[in-house]
Amino acid sequence: MYFGLSEEQKSLEDNIKKYLDDNASIEIIRSVVEGDSEKANEIHKGLVDLGISSLMVPEKYGGLELDMLFAAVVAGALGYSTAPSPYAGAYVMSPLALSLAGSDAQKEEWLPKIAGGESLIGIGVSEYIGAREDAGIEYSKGSISGRCLFVIDGKNADAFIVSNKSGELFLVPASSSNIEIVELTTVDKTRTSIEIIFKEAQAELLPGSSDKSVIEKIVDAGRLILSADTVGAAQVMVDKSVAYALERKQFGRLIGSFQAVKHMCAEMAAELEPCHSMVWHAAHCLDNVPEESRIMACHTKAHVSEVGKQISKTATEVHGGMGFTDELGLHYWFKRIGLNRQLLGSPELIREEAAELQGFNQ
Amino acid sequence: MDLNYGPEYDDFREEVQGFIKENKNVKLTGPIRSESRINWQQKLIDHGYFARSIPKKYGGFGGDMDIIKLRIIAEEFAKSPIPKPMGGQGIQMLVPTLLELGTEEQKQEYIKPTLRGEIIWCQGYSEPNSGSDLASLQTKGELIDDQWVINGQKIWTSTAQLAQMCFCLVRTEPDAPKHQGISYLLIPMDTPGIDRRPIKQMTGDSDFNELFLTDVKIPAANIVGKRGEGWKVANATLGHERGSLADPNVTLNRLNSLIELMKSETIDGQRVIDKPTFRDRLLSIQGRVLAQQSNALRILSSQINPNQEATLSKFIVKLQGTELRHELEGLAIDVMGEMGTLYEQSPHLRDGGIWQMHYMYYLGLIIGGGTNQIQKNIISERALGMPKEPKIQGA
Repeated sequence: MYFGLSEEQKSLEDNIKKYLDDNASIEIIRSVVEGDSEKANEIHKGLVDLGISSLMVPEKYGGLELDMLFAAVVAGALGYSTAPSPYAGAYVMSPLALSLAGSDAQKEEWLPKIAGGESLIGIGVSEYIGAREDAGIEYSKGSISGRCLFVIDGKNADAFIVSNKSGELFLVPASSSNIEIVELTTVDKTRTSIEIIFKEAQAELLPGSSDKSVIEKIVDAGRLILSADTVGAAQVMVDKSVAYALERKQFGRLIGSFQAVKHMCAEMAAELEPCHSMVWHAAHCLDNVPEESRIMACHTKAHVSEVGKQISKTATEVHGGMGFTDELGLHYWFKRIGLNRQLLGSPELIREEAAELQGFNQ
Repeated sequence: MDLNYGPEYDDFREEVQGFIKENKNVKLTGPIRSESRINWQQKLIDHGYFARSIPKKYGGFGGDMDIIKLRIIAEEFAKSPIPKPMGGQGIQMLVPTLLELGTEEQKQEYIKPTLRGEIIWCQGYSEPNSGSDLASLQTKGELIDDQWVINGQKIWTSTAQLAQMCFCLVRTEPDAPKHQGISYLLIPMDTPGIDRRPIKQMTGDSDFNELFLTDVKIPAANIVGKRGEGWKVANATLGHERGSLADPNVTLNRLNSLIELMKSETIDGQRVIDKPTFRDRLLSIQGRVLAQQSNALRILSSQINPNQEATLSKFIVKLQGTELRHELEGLAIDVMGEMGTLYEQSPHLRDGGIWQMHYMYYLGLIIGGGTNQIQKNIISERALGMPKEPKIQGA
């Protein structure tokens, strides 16, 4: 029995953290957020060179075919450095959707290009989880109409995979006509989000997706990845809080020697530490324990989001006025955690789903 | 990641299941230390389901330290209503302490009857003026004519009314710094000069006592470790207590009972679980239970795989576990509404009043075993490397 990360997983995590340490300093993150897309592309490319685009792609199509724990470990490292790079949508959910539900032709066309870092596929499943405004798509005779909000990793994508309300998935090349793309600006500018308006745009069904378990697996995987990202981001906020409390002096002593501050740090650490294990456990269940995987994914996303919210607030407070400034940059993680919390379902929505899964609400 | 215990343990699990099946009708009704309880405890030891890794010569089973086997035993016993092995501070704290630091004579004398449930121990640590600041304790021990003469007062002494022995922290070196002036003494409770007074708790029970010690004389040999080393001796085993106060697997059992309660309680004829606000609170708690269970898996794994690090995971168990348990029991009371306030032998009482009882009892555990504020000091100082509160001049 061994519950934890393997040596390979730890070394992948270390490599990504080291790369981002060297190449994505807070100053660089700031320049990306302020519009330096060149810098973002460089970081993205560096991460692809480390393998993030090929993790989920089957070996047959040139990928590494690794398990969800690897994918979660990478997400944690990206969250830790608030990496400005596509990942959850383009490199986990989309390749998973293609692998699980794509036709041979679709797989052959796209999976090798994803693995090689040549193609990005954004994914839009918000309306499956809970439609806002009048969003939603209809498919009829090879084309779709309607709109998708909050398509993950959709900016500059080569194609999109979007779902209708019942969870069927459609592949739409970005080159299709009759597509309008609206860029959305969220609080978290380290990642992108778009809205797509389809007016009888040509679309292909992913044939396997009429089986509802496909969308469920993709959403579960996405929720796991966002949870891992939040845990990574929250961890850096705790680490920075402890470091700051050991350096900042007031009343002639380190603020970290005041119990009011120590206890805030202890509470954050106590809440966060089990979240690492919970993410590992949920990842393990997704690959190996199908009867527990859905409920673990739901609970992990909901619980980690709650803990992340609390930590992002408390860590900012530990830093005092500096925590509120752009100069310190703590807000990048605050915002990242804020976006992760809402994507693919806020805690209340997800807990309700977990209740349904257990047959609680009749 | 590998959550399987391995096929080599399948036989062992079957063996445990077989034992449980054979003994499924065993019920212990006699009082503590009664023959039937001692015999059951001994039977569990003989099969290696209790005191498994404690050497045979001290009354244990004499098996190797196999964490997975211990886990399998705990899992299988938890599934069955069969009487569980006895616990208590003697077994959880005193026995490990003696095994690590006791003399051969002490091991021979005390371990076996403690394991068998013949000797019940109480813990004489806290004093009225030494709670969180335990090392400031003032109960005095003087070595006079080869006897320790002890004077002072202890408080929060669990099970003192049942105990035959007390492991006690006593100041024997009044001139030494506070942590270096304490000794760990073993006091027979029938020694003249010991007066026990029960403390009635908010639950209505009296699990704790005050102990008054007036010229209590015990042999000089009744010391564990050297003079002045008592703080070190006590700390060798305080960790055992903290981990055992809030086992997430027990919390999971309570969660399952809570779910059943929410399915059976109704308001205006509607099941409480069908009301979204109540249900959301349930689901939040379920998420936290799962997080703590995952944390427990990591701790278990670190015990099996000694290279795996889990320091922080262990430090947080008491803080997180007791808070969660208190909230879980509190939700049950809200689920029952006015019915949840019923107590003792009231009409309409649910589940024997156990929810109210636990709701209050777990508030006690948030305070006991090192308050949760002290836990936060421990987490921030020992796990996060933050400084201690500076000493105030003259205090």
